[in-house]
Amino acid sequence: MTTPLLQVKNLRIEFPSRRGTLVAVDDISFEIAPGEVLGVVGESGAGKSLTGAAVIGLLEPPGRIASGEILLNGRRIDNLPFEEMRKVRGREIGAIFQDPLTSLNPLYTVGRQITETIETHLNVSKAEARDRAIKLLTETGIPAAEKRIDHYPHQFSGGMRQRVVISLALAAQPKLIIADEPTTALDVSIQAQIITLLKKLCREHGTSIMLVTHDMGVIAETADRVAVMYAGRIAEIGPVSEVIHNPQHPYTIGLMGAIPSVGDEVERLTQIDGAMPRLTAIPSGCAFNPRCTRVNDVPDGRCTRERPSLLPAGKTQAACWLHDKNTASVAGVSKETSHV
Amino acid sequence: MSDSKILLEVRDVAREFDVSKPWLNRMIEGQPEQILKAVDGISFTINRGETLSLVGESGCGKSTMARVICGLYKPSRGEVIFDGVDMAKVHGAELQNLRKRFQMIFQDPYASLNPRWRVGKIVAEPILSHNLITDPAALKKRVDELLTQVGLSPLDAEKFPHEFSGGQRQRISIARALSSNPEFLVCDEPTSALDVSVQAQILNLMKDLQRKFGLTYLFISHNLAVVSHISTRVGVMYLGRLVEVAETKRIFQRPLHPYTQMLQSAIPDLKMTGKQRTPVAGEVPNPLDPPTGCAFHPRCPYANERCKVERPSLIEHPDGGQVACHAVEEKRIPIRLAA
Repeated sequence: MTTPLLQVKNLRIEFPSRRGTLVAVDDISFEIAPGEVLGVVGESGAGKSLTGAAVIGLLEPPGRIASGEILLNGRRIDNLPFEEMRKVRGREIGAIFQDPLTSLNPLYTVGRQITETIETHLNVSKAEARDRAIKLLTETGIPAAEKRIDHYPHQFSGGMRQRVVISLALAAQPKLIIADEPTTALDVSIQAQIITLLKKLCREHGTSIMLVTHDMGVIAETADRVAVMYAGRIAEIGPVSEVIHNPQHPYTIGLMGAIPSVGDEVERLTQIDGAMPRLTAIPSGCAFNPRCTRVNDVPDGRCTRERPSLLPAGKTQAACWLHDKNTASVAGVSKETSHV
Repeated sequence: MSDSKILLEVRDVAREFDVSKPWLNRMIEGQPEQILKAVDGISFTINRGETLSLVGESGCGKSTMARVICGLYKPSRGEVIFDGVDMAKVHGAELQNLRKRFQMIFQDPYASLNPRWRVGKIVAEPILSHNLITDPAALKKRVDELLTQVGLSPLDAEKFPHEFSGGQRQRISIARALSSNPEFLVCDEPTSALDVSVQAQILNLMKDLQRKFGLTYLFISHNLAVVSHISTRVGVMYLGRLVEVAETKRIFQRPLHPYTQMLQSAIPDLKMTGKQRTPVAGEVPNPLDPPTGCAFHPRCPYANERCKVERPSLIEHPDGGQVACHAVEEKRIPIRLAA
């Protein structure tokens, strides 16, 4: 087995506040293989963006990594000094954010921003950097790149700007790209263009992607594996088609049923009652237990007492006591969950 | 009240915005006035008890259309006819009477509720402004009943909006909209600020209320999956014009207009993992300078000379619904069935 490109081990992100410490991400572990696209999906406040920010070393204080390790190519990067981390950022990890207007500097031409990145990280001359920038812009589908390179961000439309951001992320040929909601601000027709482009480029360059989004449709099309987050924890992780067609965690099952889909003639959508808990009031045991319909299928109120770790479930892994061997024989989970 | 099947009719409505620079700048720089045609000649009808959705990408004028219908904008041209009455021709008490029969739900539940008012006061406001109930005890009873109907507790009436999550706030907006016993609700992207599981709760609630009170909805959204779930009929908008209107099933299974076909193939699909979306070249043109003829022609694979000069009108199609496309009319487009 190849060594994973990125390893996140028992990551915990805390926000110290006057009313006590808030745990935004609580003990999560996952890996990304070279060339793999890992989708991270969840509702707002699930901690998905924070996980991305922690990997790239851009957690906003007072948020901090309280424990755990992040390893890139086997090298620990979560405790690097600022200057060292700056070299990793851009060179080894690229980033694409949701709003292309705020991730570009409005005062510099797009060409200057891209060549700056290339010159900082790669040992090339000015002229060569410019050539590369033009090549990148052409690759991302910007027409007349030789001319457009000297334009300012405001002269581009939303979709074109996101293409510039992608060129910028790819400029120093990083091994990993953190894409945080890259298509959320775009219209559907543009969204399709950007997703296709991102997939194509990463295949060609052999880049891994950590794709953070709330849109399961984007994940379905792009990712190889997906991690479903809930209240700062991973509820389920596994191959995309398994998680979508045969989800194992009650939260994932509910989430899949809640997404309306074209051509589906259902009168009512599956409804998960209640809302995600606030960080100040995360329930003990499994964080999903107050909303879970199957909490009584696990004996002795274990769901409310003991936090489940990721257990093998079907072809995925789910953090749910229903999949514990001892429980499973009691509740008959394997039969019941498969058809939901 | 007339007995006709049609509750609302929109006839050739246009809404223009003057986005010119100040007069002095125009004189010095020699620039002409700039008029943005947000809605450019739209006609449709909504039948009683149905849900008509308007879909389109940002800037296509769908929200402007909703505001014109609610009377928040005056149309620059055309008529909005509610239950047989031309809205522009009634005034005073008569207009008030008409107004209480329709309400609006907005996109952002954080911006549409007054943060300094308690929920009870927010919900009671339409009742008081239309003088429906004056007795305080009866009013309180009515507010409690409304809050229960949308899945909140009567105790919530004493709280402020900031104490609620996005989904609960949208429930408050719905309770407020229902308080004057309207027949017609205009919903402008009511779920697009919400997470999927909360969106499912709100969509289910809206469907339940529709069945219970026989409500008619105009639903504005950019999310085609949501639209296909909730609508009876769908109208597709592009650059201020309606390009296709038809039954939901027909429009998603047999989209006729090239733009509808494009939107349909661009829907991210959960079912077919690995399916390639057909990305369509180009972007929505600047609405200040819309293309001549059919507004979609620069992006349309079937465009010809006629499309560049002559604006197509919305005409009945034998397969049901109406389409505004020369290529469809001349049968130049291969029919695409959904997989």
